[in-house]
Amino acid sequence: MANEGVNHGRRRFLTATTAVVGGAGALAAAVPFIKTWLPSAKAKSAGAPVQQDISKIEVGQMVITEWRGQPVWIVRRSPEQIAALPSLNDRLRDPDSKNTDQQPKYAQNAYRSIKEEWLVMIGVCTHLGCSPKFHGEIKPEPFDAQWKGGFFCPCHKSRFDMAGRVFQGVPAPTNLKVPDYHFADDKTLIIGVKPEGAA
Amino acid sequence: MATSRIQSAVAGLQEWFNYRAAAFGPVYRKHMSEYWAPKNFNIWYYFGSLALLVLVNQIVTGIFLTMHFKPSAADFAPGISQAFASVELTIMRDVEWGWLIRYMHSTGASAFFIVVYLHMFRGLLYGSAQKPRELVWLLGMLIYLVLMAEAFMGYVLPWGQMSFWGAKVIISLFGAIPMVGDSLVEWIMGDYLPADATLNRFFALHVIALPLVLLLLVVLHLAALHEVGSNNPEGIDIKKKKDANGKPLDGIAFHPYYTVKDLFGVGFFLTICAFVLFFEPTFGGWFLEHDNFVAANKLVTPEHIKPVWYYTPYYAMLRVVPDKLLGVLTMFGAIAILFLVPWLDRSPVKSYRYRGWISKVALALFALSFVWLGKIGAGPGTDPVETIIGRVLTFIYFAFFITMPLWTKSDSTKPVPERVPAHD
Amino acid sequence: MIKNAMTKLGLSLAVALTSIAPAALANSEGGKMPSANTRPDNIASVQRGAKLFFNYCVGCHSLQFVRYSRLADDLGLTEDQVMQNLNFTGAKFGDTVVSSMPAADAATWFGKAPPDLSLEGRSKGPDWVYNYLKSFYIDHSRPLGWNNAVFPGASMPNVLWEMQGSQHAAFEPKQKKQEKCSGTPAEGCNNGQREIEVCAPGRTEIDGKCLVHLEVETAGTQNAQQFDETVRDVTAFLQYAAEPAALQRQKLGAWVVLYLAFFTFLAWLLKKEYWKDVH
Repeated sequence: MANEGVNHGRRRFLTATTAVVGGAGALAAAVPFIKTWLPSAKAKSAGAPVQQDISKIEVGQMVITEWRGQPVWIVRRSPEQIAALPSLNDRLRDPDSKNTDQQPKYAQNAYRSIKEEWLVMIGVCTHLGCSPKFHGEIKPEPFDAQWKGGFFCPCHKSRFDMAGRVFQGVPAPTNLKVPDYHFADDKTLIIGVKPEGAA
Repeated sequence: MATSRIQSAVAGLQEWFNYRAAAFGPVYRKHMSEYWAPKNFNIWYYFGSLALLVLVNQIVTGIFLTMHFKPSAADFAPGISQAFASVELTIMRDVEWGWLIRYMHSTGASAFFIVVYLHMFRGLLYGSAQKPRELVWLLGMLIYLVLMAEAFMGYVLPWGQMSFWGAKVIISLFGAIPMVGDSLVEWIMGDYLPADATLNRFFALHVIALPLVLLLLVVLHLAALHEVGSNNPEGIDIKKKKDANGKPLDGIAFHPYYTVKDLFGVGFFLTICAFVLFFEPTFGGWFLEHDNFVAANKLVTPEHIKPVWYYTPYYAMLRVVPDKLLGVLTMFGAIAILFLVPWLDRSPVKSYRYRGWISKVALALFALSFVWLGKIGAGPGTDPVETIIGRVLTFIYFAFFITMPLWTKSDSTKPVPERVPAHD
Repeated sequence: MIKNAMTKLGLSLAVALTSIAPAALANSEGGKMPSANTRPDNIASVQRGAKLFFNYCVGCHSLQFVRYSRLADDLGLTEDQVMQNLNFTGAKFGDTVVSSMPAADAATWFGKAPPDLSLEGRSKGPDWVYNYLKSFYIDHSRPLGWNNAVFPGASMPNVLWEMQGSQHAAFEPKQKKQEKCSGTPAEGCNNGQREIEVCAPGRTEIDGKCLVHLEVETAGTQNAQQFDETVRDVTAFLQYAAEPAALQRQKLGAWVVLYLAFFTFLAWLLKKEYWKDVH
């Protein structure tokens, strides 16, 4: 019912102000709802860091544990396996671990680990998610005559070396993932927490 | 240059839309910008839109609660069901902001009934059930009935002591029906006592079945209203005096005038609700009962089994009638009789403003009886004097309706003006 | 401003309704007991209460809805502090507080499994918890030698007796009273009157006797005031445990109510502006 004497300017101003203030409130009210989707305390508790005693693991042996629902491989590499790593570089897709998504900064080195003796990795093939098999022995294998130890995925034949680096010519696109971890002491590995002071 | 490009793009979009969904425009006009509502709506007219607001709140918060609630009476730990733990551990503590969603839902449930009772009272006060709005009233009563079932089932879900024992008592009322009663009770529960089967089916009904029914009824309720137009505190039929264009002289466009007024009502209402939610969410045990913070135990009966406050008037009636079947019939009769108001109210004027003193006294007595019965129903019900008072009040409650055809017809009335008084 | 009788009716109805609520609020929270006067917003009190709980209570009572990690957050403690001082069951940091006593054994030893106390602060309220913990007294007729004036027949012993000392109860016999009745003399009803025995008003009846008062006879390591503080701390902790989000709720609430009041004011201005059109 428009009238002479209607102050359109004041109406626009009040409407806009109310709309903005109301809109801000509505947005603020939406935040708790959205946040209810974050991992709950129960999920965080189940996803808490995992402790692993490594004092009994022999050279060349692999132990599998679980963290956040995924298999975590802990391998005590032998000196031969460690020595063979640089020789594979030109057969690998990403020998220098340039893809920073696949490992934390402190694992971006030739061994993809904090200590060269210990390999810690998520045991999930970066192709489509199968769990590759451990072939630690340095001997010719049907899938690779010059095998220097590593992992072979039975699903689609991807291969990874003893530092989890992916070979060329296989379906998997990237190196195996290294989770955050640190050594609480020489006998204990904590998976899920980076070392103090690390980036 | 750029603005005219945007303008023509918008115009193009509108044309695309109008070609394919031409009816949307007239629908908007019919129900918002050209719905001519009486210009004299007062405070009693806020509660319809507030009820809609609370309904939306219950649905949205309800959806988010359903993301975490587990409708299972199986053990989470000895003596604590998964359902109870999913509310008090998962939602109230583990899930971020879960406690807020829960309180929004529980405060909303009580707010729903406060708003609905005031909304219904307005209907009585201004004769809104009279012709031509009988269908609006009937649909509204159906909404009330479904809402009571919905709230009852919702309260059972946390599977606390009150959830379980309240379910047991109320479902066992159906056992009073001769012949089929006991089988009916077992059929409702799906077991020999309220159990996992009961909880699970109540969950399904509460989360999807009844909300869909409720939404449908609300749409029909508003459609029926818009067909005949709104009543007003004077009870004047504004459609009797229209201008050359067919617009009622005493009507104003719902949008923007009532959208803007209802927005203020929403703000005021939310402020009060927020105060309750953040500072007294249990409201002293009235909104969230103390006993429901104890997990359901079928071997231990709580000292006072009482329904949530919005059922207490009917619960009082049930208790003061000495016979079980008669008590049940009285209780349901009290709700059923409300359906008949359009035909019981024979007054030639709609609004109580123009009715005589008999009508005003009658309405006041009715309101008093309802509130007082509510207080009695919330108590232990052991005082014999209070029981006698309860019987008197139940009598008054029913007398209000049963005698309504008589005193509405014979009471004096004042002449109703033809035009709504000017808005200052 | 109130123009007509109908608005007056409506407002008086609203006033009548709201006046019932505060009275009911008091009643439903058991207003007859001495108040606990806890300060759940006093973190130090809640911390002390936590320490007491984990030393004296968790041996039997679980807090299955309370996580150690949440305790750390809310009580301002580090993970180490919680795990050293509060975790005696070898649980992980993210686990809930489960008593070391198996429930089945507890039911056999005490006659009833000690209940989980996660929500006790809400279901019974702080006043009940406070008075309950203070009201144990020696009763040789009970299996464990203790009874409780607030919860007669409780299966729980007085775990805090070392601090409180041993309390004894003084009783008096019931008094005879005439009561109205309707029935036959064979039913004991003579001329509409029946003689019954009741305790004087204010006296709790326990095992057919009337409790007059409780008194500490053998002193413990704390005097009455100190023990009150101790129990107050435990109560504050249980209050916190029943609703850990309570303080956050109140803090946020102040802002939300302020914001909504401001929004309502703006909406009111907007309404007034548009309604200038309507005459």
